[in-house]
Amino acid sequence: MVSPAHFVALSVILFVIGAVGVLARRNAIIIFMCVELMLNAVNLAFVAFARMHGNLNGQVIAFFVMVIAAAEVVVGLAILTSIFRSRRSASVDDANLLKY
Amino acid sequence: MKPGTVLAVGMAQETQSLAFWVLAVVAVAAALGMVLARRAVHCAVLLAVVMLSLAVLYAMLGAPFLAFVQVIVYTGAVLMLFLFVLMIVGVHSADSLVETIRGQRFAAILVAIGMLVLLCLIIGNAAIGPSAPSSASYSSGNLQGLATLIFTTYVFPFEVTSALLITAALGAMVLAHRERTTPKPTQRELARQRVLSGRAAPLPGPGVYARHNAVDMPALLPDGSPSTLSVNPVIARRVELGTGEFPTPPSETLSSGEVVASDDEDGRPGDQPSADDEHEGARW
Repeated sequence: MVSPAHFVALSVILFVIGAVGVLARRNAIIIFMCVELMLNAVNLAFVAFARMHGNLNGQVIAFFVMVIAAAEVVVGLAILTSIFRSRRSASVDDANLLKY
Repeated sequence: MKPGTVLAVGMAQETQSLAFWVLAVVAVAAALGMVLARRAVHCAVLLAVVMLSLAVLYAMLGAPFLAFVQVIVYTGAVLMLFLFVLMIVGVHSADSLVETIRGQRFAAILVAIGMLVLLCLIIGNAAIGPSAPSSASYSSGNLQGLATLIFTTYVFPFEVTSALLITAALGAMVLAHRERTTPKPTQRELARQRVLSGRAAPLPGPGVYARHNAVDMPALLPDGSPSTLSVNPVIARRVELGTGEFPTPPSETLSSGEVVASDDEDGRPGDQPSADDEHEGARW
């Protein structure tokens, strides 16, 4: 029998894997994908908690998270393309003009 | 409750737990592969696997609407956007294996283990109960229930979301917009340029007349040699550099002489009267 705790555990594992990706990778697009993975993991936890409580509030929050993730991806990828256009690189190490 | 019903419920639970374990393993493996894959395209494909398995898990948790939104919005729209940007940035973009900050990966793994331990402790101490008995909002009325919540309790966040989406669309347009540094050439200037370039007519088309019209098949000059001007500059350049060759027409054996060299990068004629004259001949 699968309980909501199983789903929350899976969500924790996925979240941590996404965090490793964000911390260890240096290609900006891959970092972005790992952020998406973390958002997905949190959504899974929200839906699992909604199932546990038997109401739909968690699902509504997950829905809002999806909308905001979509907006975030649009702006982030636009920034990435403009950085790539000026510096010909998608690596986060190369965008260092704001460094002291 | 009849024994048949009990058996059916037990079977459903068995199927559900089997599906959960399979999908959990697939999702975790794909997520690990995503972190480990060097190529960004592989990461995108593995992310799609994770997202699709999460969609099935949502359906199992009684959220059919979210499952479909996950497939349509995340896998369909967001991931496609990622792939588009990957194509702009270059499919072959891969991380370099040189660490810029020494010990970054080790530190990242250490931090991740710490985070995992912390989250596990939190979950272990939390009282996560069993699933609530399924109600109407988890079977047929899922969509109606969500709509009621979004348009009553959460109506203000919903309106704010619409403002956010409009701002995001405008922001993306502004950020991705390329400012023109030179004024746009007028038709008059373009015509003048074309006449001054010495070639008023369009470039010769590819393909050997009446037999072959593939775009990589060069037109033949009167002496039988292929014309570089008739094919894509990339193909012409490849032949010029010796890393590829023009395809030979299948039926007759044609003497393929040496490639007419074009002096500038994009394969357009410069001031090379001989090549131009040959092309005039090739046109009939």
